Amino acid sequence: MRSSLRLMLGKAGPFIGLILVIALFAVPAETREYFLTYHNFKIILTQTVIVSIGALGMTLIIVSGAIDLSVGSTVALSGVVAALLVQRGWGAPATALAAIGVGGLVGLLNGAAVAGLRMPSFIITLGMLGIGRGMAKWLANNQTVDYDASPINGWMTTANPSGYGLPPGVWVAVALAVATSLLLRKSVFGRHVFALGSNEAAARLCGVRTIRLQVLVFALAGCFFGLSGLFQLSRLRLGDPTVAVGLELDIIAAVIIGGASLNGGSGTILGSVIGALIMSVLRNGSQQMGWPNYFQEIIIGLVIIVAVFLDRFRRGAKA
Amino acid sequence: MAHARLNLDGISKSFGATRALNAVSLEVAAGEVHALIGENGAGKSTLLKILSGAHAADAGTMELDGRPYRPGGPLDARRRGIAMIYQEVNLAPHLSVRENILLGSESSTLGWIDAGESRRRAAQALSGLGYGHFPLERAAGEFSIAEQQVIEIARALLLKPRVLIMDEPTSSLTKSDTEKLFEVIGRLRAQGVSIVYVSHFLEECRRICDRYTVLKDGETVGSGEMKAAGVDSLVALMTGRPVADLYPRISRQLGPAVLEVRSLERLPRLAATSFTLRQGEIFGLAGLIGAGRTDLMRSIFGLDRAHSGDVAVAGHAGGTSPRDRWDQGMGFLSENRKEEGLMTNQPVRDNITLTKLGAFGRLGWISRSRQSAAAGRWAAELAIKCRDTDQNAGELSGGNQQKVALARLLEHPARILLLDEPTRGIDVGSKAQIYDIIGRLAAAGKSVVVVSSYLPELLGLCDTIGVMRRGELVAVRPRAEWSEPELLRLAVGKD
Repeated sequence: MRSSLRLMLGKAGPFIGLILVIALFAVPAETREYFLTYHNFKIILTQTVIVSIGALGMTLIIVSGAIDLSVGSTVALSGVVAALLVQRGWGAPATALAAIGVGGLVGLLNGAAVAGLRMPSFIITLGMLGIGRGMAKWLANNQTVDYDASPINGWMTTANPSGYGLPPGVWVAVALAVATSLLLRKSVFGRHVFALGSNEAAARLCGVRTIRLQVLVFALAGCFFGLSGLFQLSRLRLGDPTVAVGLELDIIAAVIIGGASLNGGSGTILGSVIGALIMSVLRNGSQQMGWPNYFQEIIIGLVIIVAVFLDRFRRGAKA
Repeated sequence: MAHARLNLDGISKSFGATRALNAVSLEVAAGEVHALIGENGAGKSTLLKILSGAHAADAGTMELDGRPYRPGGPLDARRRGIAMIYQEVNLAPHLSVRENILLGSESSTLGWIDAGESRRRAAQALSGLGYGHFPLERAAGEFSIAEQQVIEIARALLLKPRVLIMDEPTSSLTKSDTEKLFEVIGRLRAQGVSIVYVSHFLEECRRICDRYTVLKDGETVGSGEMKAAGVDSLVALMTGRPVADLYPRISRQLGPAVLEVRSLERLPRLAATSFTLRQGEIFGLAGLIGAGRTDLMRSIFGLDRAHSGDVAVAGHAGGTSPRDRWDQGMGFLSENRKEEGLMTNQPVRDNITLTKLGAFGRLGWISRSRQSAAAGRWAAELAIKCRDTDQNAGELSGGNQQKVALARLLEHPARILLLDEPTRGIDVGSKAQIYDIIGRLAAAGKSVVVVSSYLPELLGLCDTIGVMRRGELVAVRPRAEWSEPELLRLAVGKD
């Protein structure tokens, strides 16, 4: 009985959480009218793009048993680089690839240091948090990087003429989520990532090339963070080296709310994306209720704690 | 008539539909060392949990020194005089010996530790065990496992227990440390403490225990004086079958050399070591813990890099990494199931198939159904008790976990199997099954290297046995030329 309840909570837990927070704002008279409209959901989905793409990469890293604290800096750095390239007349596709490349490079360095120097990812990426932010400010000459116009600016807009279609950023996030979920569940690479996070020594014994795999995980995740940076740029329409401070904590929270364990070896893409949505819905709803900012912060803090508590109940309160 | 120290009668306990204990009885006299033996799953753990107050019995009576004993919880049990020493050491490694011993019962005035009194009490507890010379202010983590165990026993003694329960206390001890523990047990017995001693090592039980109780499938199947019982009769009670059937007897022909280890060296743990493994051969490695047997296996498999020497696998050249070894048809079973052998929070399915995931699909994608089918075949073939292969490996019993780890080598399939302590910490029934698998593998032309600290196992199983001592392979002979005392003599170094 208890175990079937646990199983159900495990499969549907984050979903139930999402439905609960939607209901929280759909019921009160102040918000009912606007909250459940298509336009509002378009806004919520668009506001979730940056965190959820970051959460895809972070899920890979957390499942592999590591952590990345340098995401906010990576996002700022890739956004600044992309803005500088647009300034120099690069086209949108080339700029996008460059932003992804910058993120991948930062991830590659993180992974190489973690696996090569055998140091905790917490320390390495804490260092990279400073390095990346400093690099972004240096490249941007410590000010924002403006540019005239670019198609990139249209990738995150909710005010497109037709009024119904979702912006490209949302579709990219959805497509990547599906692809990453398949990759984690169905590919040799994905199962090796689970093995690495579950027990590195056992993975090595089984012939998994653990060092190479850890580097690959950080590099791939870095590409996701670079893409987040690109969409951050699209939203701001300028390169800002001071943007996204603390973004990594939102992303880690999304992954944790989604049911991943910081000990590695467990986590799902669907969970992480729903985790990101839960936070967006809470932010959006609180704004419409007219709740002050600090109130939102308190609520999201509580949600993280409650989510992990429920998750531990599901796992039989072992850890 | 005097009351027994501890008297359990008709103890039953069910978990849902599973009956873990059925009318079990246990009687222990004052100052007696009583062996509680049985296979994994026989109900020992449940009985210990009832004794130490972690579970309540459904039915039956318990008496301690003639008075009803019904502990309200672990703390209550300890207060009433029943202490437990667990298999794994439970110390705070950064705290000093004194702090660890007094943890939870500090001598204090108004919350401030009374240093003099603390030292006196800690020293007294230790000297009762013959360890009065221990430096009290050193961090507990700096001591060996055996010494840490003594610290734990000293902690338990502070509460003046009447019954001390020891669960597999020697499973991670070397032979000489085991001897020291036995001395400690002797002292406790002389002080009138009763000891319930749980162990898989029946020779040990025979040496230090006065009486025994055997559990099987949650019932008491035998008890009596240890003197009158032989190891074979105890095994027969535990398994319900005679001991002669334990080791497989399948005749086989040895083929050409499949593995040649030449002057493999990794100082200081492994000095230049050479041996040859032939097709269909079971090659045993005997020796004390720390003699270099595990180091030899790990260097062969590429988990540790050898400083010099080489390993030639028949028909293969090239790489020496674990990945290369698997590709060459070699497989390794770690002695350390939890730390290195299994991914305990991953499904049985992935644990069995991890070495060759690419084979279950195409271009890096895995067909889940083919993977499950392969894992399911081994679960059935090896009688692995699991819900399905989707269940996490960590939820299975020790014996079943070991079979999962072994199934990985069979599924791969490895033709050279390096098995490090393949039967450590598992019940006799699973042991017999694993012996049978090893025998059949060899009969099918596979080659096996077995490391074991249990000499009867090596003598029962192997064609050839080598003895290691201080990083050197000191002798390799056919089984017929070995006896247990001879193996032991070479292992401890009396040439």
